[in-house]
Amino acid sequence: MTEKTVLNATHRALGARMVDFGGWDMPINYGSQIEEHHAVRRDAGMFDVSHMTVIDLHGARTKDFLRHLLANSVEKLKAHGKALYSCMLNEQGGVIDDLIVYFLGDEFYRLVVNAATRAKDLAWIEKQAAAFGVQVKERPEFAMVAVQGPNARAKVLGLLHEVDRARIEKLGKFAAAAAQGPHGMPLFVARTGYTGEDGFEILVPAEHAVALWEALAAAGVAPAGLGARDTLRLEAGMNLYGQDMDETVSPWEANLGWTIALDEGRDFIGRAALEQQKAAGVKRVMVGLVLDEKGVLRHGQKVLTAGGEGEILSGSFAPTLEKAVAFARIPAGEPGAVRVDIRGRELPVRLVKYPFVRDGKPCEGI
Amino acid sequence: MSEIPGDLKFNKSHEWARVEDGGLVRVGISDHAQGQLGDLVYVELPEIGASVTAGNAAAVVESVKAASDIYSPVSGEVVEVNETLNDKPETINEDAWGEGWIYVVRMSDRAELDQLLDAGAYEELVENEDH
Repeated sequence: MTEKTVLNATHRALGARMVDFGGWDMPINYGSQIEEHHAVRRDAGMFDVSHMTVIDLHGARTKDFLRHLLANSVEKLKAHGKALYSCMLNEQGGVIDDLIVYFLGDEFYRLVVNAATRAKDLAWIEKQAAAFGVQVKERPEFAMVAVQGPNARAKVLGLLHEVDRARIEKLGKFAAAAAQGPHGMPLFVARTGYTGEDGFEILVPAEHAVALWEALAAAGVAPAGLGARDTLRLEAGMNLYGQDMDETVSPWEANLGWTIALDEGRDFIGRAALEQQKAAGVKRVMVGLVLDEKGVLRHGQKVLTAGGEGEILSGSFAPTLEKAVAFARIPAGEPGAVRVDIRGRELPVRLVKYPFVRDGKPCEGI
Repeated sequence: MSEIPGDLKFNKSHEWARVEDGGLVRVGISDHAQGQLGDLVYVELPEIGASVTAGNAAAVVESVKAASDIYSPVSGEVVEVNETLNDKPETINEDAWGEGWIYVVRMSDRAELDQLLDAGAYEELVENEDH
């Protein structure tokens, strides 16, 4: 059965086009997807991301457990509220999921994982947690709204209780704190996102989610669907689980090497496989592509390089750039002149370093 | 959704055909179809002089979300294409029934028109799809 977030009726009342996304009935766009994209790049937009799974971890050995579970190191989290992006790997070094972990107390961490991977993630985490005596508690009573864009923080701050405003305004990137929202509703406000813009991701008790959404709308935040979210995160150079990496792909092959902490003496799941791969030489790499000709790069299209064939992972028309961009996985080594096969025609593409867009502007060389 | 013009004939796959003078047929996609596709960003037009076959792909429209084949409602030779769409594919979103036409074909078999849905039958198809 398709699951619904607490904002489902709100989306339908706004005339959203709804689609199935990982088993959830979600808005793909309300009107023009491109206008929703621009609203986030230029002003402020909001996304219902309540389908994402929140998992709280409690126990004296929670930190030890996360040192074992995650490829990035929670040792980097020094202050309460700080967040870290990490992959969770299997023994072969394949990516089970990517997630954000929040450090909320010496014996309390919070994970936010993907919606489509919820069941396998929970099973995996519970299995690994047993040996550490860590309590794994899903928090389905939370809804989640991402408010993103150059004016997003100011618009959210205006809705917070006066006593919280200055503190939340000072919140650093990749950090979270509790605050009171409209009518005193309790919020967990994180300065994180999936768009390449500044903003907040806000956890709110489900019973207050509609009131929060309406207050944000009244403050001039534009509803944006998962369609815009996808083009925004692609432009921002952020991976989508299931499309850009999965259990058959290691972080080395998904351009996520920066999230792997090979710190001394930490035996995390997948480490041995990752070290082996690195020593042997990684065979496939993930690269950014730009198509300067007319046409659209799409998932599954064949990429032709001097070193052999590769494949487009995420690909789309990029509204900020007004041309198509993509991530592709290709054989390692000198690629030569790269082409993409679009319906039998081979079109030349440029290999570029991404992100393609950051803070509203095209990056250099795009 | 805007009202379906009564003079059009339709494929079940949402292309419209407007019969004009001299055996010419103008082809586009329905307003319902453009709404389903979302913002269009690229149109691959057929070449003038190309021969198209009823029910076969003659053009491609790409939205942000997906690429979709345009199946020709009738067979014949392409005599005109809407060059505006090269620079402004969003014209289809704005005016699917009019300025957003895609190509004009000189039809080779008038009888093919009888295979198409009339406006009433197409409206019914769309309503059934929505429920």
